[in-house]
Amino acid sequence: MSQSCWHRGDRGVQPDRLVQTHCCFCGQQCGIQLKVKDNEVIGFEPWEEFPFNQGMLCPKGVKRYLQGSHPDRLISAFRRDPGAPGGFSSLDYDEAIRQVADGIGRIQAAHGNAAFAVLSGASLTTEKTYLMGKFARVCLKTPYIDYNGRLCMVSAAAGNKKAFGIDRAANPWSDILGAGVVWISGANVAECAPITTNYVWQARENGAKVIVVDPRITPLARTCDLFLPIKPGRDVALFNGILQLMIENDWLDHAFIDAHTVGFESLAESVRGWTPSRTAEVTGIAEREIRKAAEWWGTAKASFLLHARGIEHHSHGVQNVLGAINIVLASGRIGRENCGYATITGQANGQGGREHGQKCDQLPGARDLANPEHRAHVAKVWGVSPDELPQPGVDAYEIFRKIDRGEIRGLLSICFNPLVSLPDNNFVARMLDKVDFYVAIDFFLNDTAHHADIVLPGSLHEEDEGTMTQIEGRVIKINQAVNPPGDARQDWRIIQDLAAALGRPHGFTFAHPREIFEELRRASQGGIADYSGITWEKIEQRHGIFWPCPSEDHPGTPRLFEPASHNPIAKGAGPFYFPDGKARFNIAEYTAPTEDVDAEFPVILTTGRVVSHFLSGTQTRRIGPLGDQYPEPRVEIHPQLAARLGILDGDWTAVTSRRGEITVRAQVVKTIRPDTVFVPYHWAGAKSVNQVTISAQDPISKIPEYKVCAVRLSKAARPPEYAGQLERQQ
Amino acid sequence: MLVPADQYFFIDPNRCIGCEACVQACTECDTHKGHSMIHLEYANRRESPQTLPVVCMHCDSPTCAEVCPADAIKRTEDGVVQTARKPRCIACSNCVLACPFGVPKMNVRQELMMKCDMCYDRTSEGKRPMCATVCPSQALFFGTREEIERLRPRSRPINQFQFGFQTIHTKVRMMVPREAVNTHIDVAEVLCDPVMGSDREDAMLAAAVCELPVAAATESTHGR
Repeated sequence: MSQSCWHRGDRGVQPDRLVQTHCCFCGQQCGIQLKVKDNEVIGFEPWEEFPFNQGMLCPKGVKRYLQGSHPDRLISAFRRDPGAPGGFSSLDYDEAIRQVADGIGRIQAAHGNAAFAVLSGASLTTEKTYLMGKFARVCLKTPYIDYNGRLCMVSAAAGNKKAFGIDRAANPWSDILGAGVVWISGANVAECAPITTNYVWQARENGAKVIVVDPRITPLARTCDLFLPIKPGRDVALFNGILQLMIENDWLDHAFIDAHTVGFESLAESVRGWTPSRTAEVTGIAEREIRKAAEWWGTAKASFLLHARGIEHHSHGVQNVLGAINIVLASGRIGRENCGYATITGQANGQGGREHGQKCDQLPGARDLANPEHRAHVAKVWGVSPDELPQPGVDAYEIFRKIDRGEIRGLLSICFNPLVSLPDNNFVARMLDKVDFYVAIDFFLNDTAHHADIVLPGSLHEEDEGTMTQIEGRVIKINQAVNPPGDARQDWRIIQDLAAALGRPHGFTFAHPREIFEELRRASQGGIADYSGITWEKIEQRHGIFWPCPSEDHPGTPRLFEPASHNPIAKGAGPFYFPDGKARFNIAEYTAPTEDVDAEFPVILTTGRVVSHFLSGTQTRRIGPLGDQYPEPRVEIHPQLAARLGILDGDWTAVTSRRGEITVRAQVVKTIRPDTVFVPYHWAGAKSVNQVTISAQDPISKIPEYKVCAVRLSKAARPPEYAGQLERQQ
Repeated sequence: MLVPADQYFFIDPNRCIGCEACVQACTECDTHKGHSMIHLEYANRRESPQTLPVVCMHCDSPTCAEVCPADAIKRTEDGVVQTARKPRCIACSNCVLACPFGVPKMNVRQELMMKCDMCYDRTSEGKRPMCATVCPSQALFFGTREEIERLRPRSRPINQFQFGFQTIHTKVRMMVPREAVNTHIDVAEVLCDPVMGSDREDAMLAAAVCELPVAAATESTHGR
């Protein structure tokens, strides 16, 4: 039970070896070499040959090595024991597996298989995410599995599938370098995908204009060419307004639209009302700047549009994404060199983790669980009858609502910390206490796992081997540097031990992650996310392989939508992943955020990340130098708003919504809209801004609306209890 | 081994995103574990997210060495100004006070001046310094002058700086906008008050102007 975060580093000890692998944090998956001495990661060395980052790393990558030897590392199983210090006592691993199997068996016998649910995560290797989907459907026979990509990539995924028929970054990042305009909407690139900064700056050196759309002047926005300070939740209005100006000025690629798309006429009709003045009124951006952005975008010869959670975390997140794709398709600038589009995937395996079946409605190869042909293909690979596979389940938040309604009684989580990361998390806390039996697999006792009945000690990124698929769609190889300590196990072994203890080991007897990958290759074969031609050797030889890759002699597909590129759906009819090979324009409807401001809650709250922390902070809050860099959440307030409220820089400030309240220090800055405040979300308990956020979700993607809710602010009467206390570890 | 003569360090504050990867990476060096030799400051966070990374500029005639009473600071023939030699350093802090760029730090516990030595352990073996290797925006860049010219056509490197009457040439280059004009100003020239403005010999005013550290806008042939 340590009381401060971890500062120990290597002590000048010479490493035995360097292991070439990747960072454990974001979706860029930067190449890194870990210095290993005995069974300990003692430092890092840049890996300059890896083409994506060429040695570059952000502070998280630099300090990632410190997590392995952390005193909080779970090295045995634990069971909840209110009498024990910390509320848990350690438990023999085999006994823990037996107790978990008994717990699952008891619930499923009494309430049916569907009474047990699984929450998984997109920081796991693709092999593990594949195994989690198979485990839920084949071993537990429950429809209820979903994953934390629900909070991250799903709006982009849904929009991409509607427009392109495929969910992957359309281009490698090298195409950013030759773009004439780089448009970045709702992406704090410098803090959340720092290495991408160099691509954007280099594009500008090569002559590109950079347009940033954001309610805050982010570090990248500071020196961009055009900054559009949008009111949170209004992105689709901006895209529709831009499209209207493109139509008005005939900045369209008619040949492309005619040959390769459908639906432009009705879309054009739908945006007619989005005049510059109406767009300005709704988005809060000056009309002059909107016109300038439209002209730059409309007349560009080459371009790259990037977006991230800023436009996706909305109750109309899919509409925002469709709006963005519409201006890309209308320009015709996709599917060729230096002309591209991508969402900036957030999590380590945000891409691979959303392709192979841990999503509630999905089977491996980006196949649909509701599609009979897809079910038949995967059932055959798994050696089961298609009829045995459950039907699609529900999203991660709905799983908690089902706990509330008594339909779900048991829960297993891995690589997911919903108590910090889900919105309105006081509700989540009540549900964790309500559920009859909860088992958590993790390497640290994360904030959610504090509510578990049994905790199983899983593995760190550097303790296992496998693949991930990074931001560009490049499948890369994670290499093992050290063995899991003590009783800790590689996660796939834990899942297989559970399958054996449940008496259903069929299909869960892999001896090595490579065997899982080999099965995944077959399961994905012929699907959209086709990995069948990828081998571990090929990945290492070529510094990654871009899927789809349908045969061993196929080089992979760095750029999608090129005339001759592999496409199992269009089969030569055209570049896009529909039977006619044509992309779809989709009407993107503007609706206001679910909770707009009013007299009682007059300020917009938006949330996001800071550069030194990652997601729910389970790892980065424990790494001392990263904690020191940004020790606790602050609320960014514009001086005009702060003056009206009598709040000075550094004042303790209460941020209150209809759901909860958080007290944090004010950071008074001119770099945010005066009607909006920002709080980062990486902290737990009293420091968690997700006590305040709203659980409204997009009707299509089910992503929560983290980026807009209504709050009021006031100077706090006294500092919060946590002031002056060290960050709780475990 | 020496740092190769064609390799230069370039600082491009225009690109800095304040992520502190450089600061964090600097603390990993075995010779000063846990202490960063890089200063990274917000210019004025209330107004802007602008940050400034400061590494040692490696002056041709290092002021730190010139003011050192113990002759503890040496400049190797490749132009790298080394950290103080432990047997000689008397921890007087003269260098800390005198450096016009504010680079050296006094490590009180070790009674030793410590400063950036351009990762001599790496650069003298043909590697890049750790900060310039990891920097995600490449605001810190290590390479040849031809490379920087090719990669950064919008900017140009300068290495001559004016601090009052002191002109300093550095091995490290600072990237400035290509079209930036010479900003060496004399306040007296722009005063509209004829009484004050006309008197160029006003000693008090001249002294005040000389206090201003102003970057000159040329890359000299010094500082190799």
